[in-house]
Amino acid sequence: MSEWTLFEVFIRSKHGLNHKHVGSVHAADAEMAIENARDLYTRRNEGVSIWVVPSASITATASDEKEPLFDPSEDKVYRHASFYELPDEVGHM
Amino acid sequence: MYAQQVETGTKAMKSLAEMGPEERAFQEKIDAEIKIEPKNWMPDNYRKTLIRQISQHAHSEIVGMLPEGNWVTRAPTLKRKLQLMAKIQDEAGHGLYLYSAMETLGADRDEEIEKLHSGRAKYSSIFNYPTLNWADMGAVGWLVDGAAIVNQVPLQRTSYGPYSRAMIRVCKEESFHQRQGYEILLHMMRHGTQAQKDMVQDAINRLWWPSLMMFGPSDAESPNSAQSMAWKIKRHTNDELRQRFIDQTIPQLELLGCTVPDPDLKWNEERGHYDFGEIQWEEFYEVLKGNGPCNRERLETRRNAIQDGAWVREAAVAHANKKQKQQAAA
Repeated sequence: MSEWTLFEVFIRSKHGLNHKHVGSVHAADAEMAIENARDLYTRRNEGVSIWVVPSASITATASDEKEPLFDPSEDKVYRHASFYELPDEVGHM
Repeated sequence: MYAQQVETGTKAMKSLAEMGPEERAFQEKIDAEIKIEPKNWMPDNYRKTLIRQISQHAHSEIVGMLPEGNWVTRAPTLKRKLQLMAKIQDEAGHGLYLYSAMETLGADRDEEIEKLHSGRAKYSSIFNYPTLNWADMGAVGWLVDGAAIVNQVPLQRTSYGPYSRAMIRVCKEESFHQRQGYEILLHMMRHGTQAQKDMVQDAINRLWWPSLMMFGPSDAESPNSAQSMAWKIKRHTNDELRQRFIDQTIPQLELLGCTVPDPDLKWNEERGHYDFGEIQWEEFYEVLKGNGPCNRERLETRRNAIQDGAWVREAAVAHANKKQKQQAAA
């Protein structure tokens, strides 16, 4: 089975929601990966749409990049609605 | 338990002060219930232990299809046959979720399966017992899947993210297994002939002790428990889980109108738990060593399945290559 490719599987659970990563399957090609993902991850109506992507094609952040990548957003409280204090008379905004 | 006796490679547990900075940060994350993800730093022994535990767990799901497969062509009605096939398909799925989680640790699926087939990797001792009558399908669902649920529910909170997520999927599906098993037995006890009722009691007599052994040796005999619990890849001791299983199962047994083959079983008001007799651990260790009633047959069936399916896998690759060439030419 090592000659088969590892594919990551993404499923859209209901119309209107994003595809979400659910796991992986081995398959000879993408078409077979979709069939295998159907059998493995949607036996109980879990999905309305499936994406498969060869695992080797995914570029991901490295764990040691966590600080340089994500720290800059930590001190920008003014990006959140709750930062702005308005008088009660304004009501819901 | 589906993974019994997982070696952790730990001789003496380290305190936080004895750890290097990376290991300390890792242990502090675990203590704070933050999940470890595939790309995070982790100690070598954590990775190796998890590969052993998850692969054992996956092998158990895969080998666990075989005792049930014995009854697909013998199921008493079409309804029971469809239910049994759905359950067996779930077991295959559970094995695959787990192999998939294991691969995120850098393990190779084929290599781990080869270890199973050559007898170097373990799987749960329970699947080395034969399934002799139809009531065994009920008893397996009720007792074996029941014991598996008790073991797997806490593993949903295990420290390794992909393992935890696989367990959440598995647990969602397991309760169907247990309920269908119990319903088979209940139906036989309420509507069956005397011979059918006797089959139920016979199945329970044979599977009761092996089900209790699924949780693994008692705490005093589990040298790896402390490290596994510190890493939160195990969340309760074997004895705690075994007691929990017995306490929840005995009322269900009474509702069936059956008994278990244990003269020492009785409710202990003071402890608030059932007391039970001594487990024959020599039998457990013999089965684990490969000397159970069905060990050889199970592994032979697995090896044949892989060998007989080789041409299908080769054909699938040839077909995929051909299609790729046609697309490139078009």
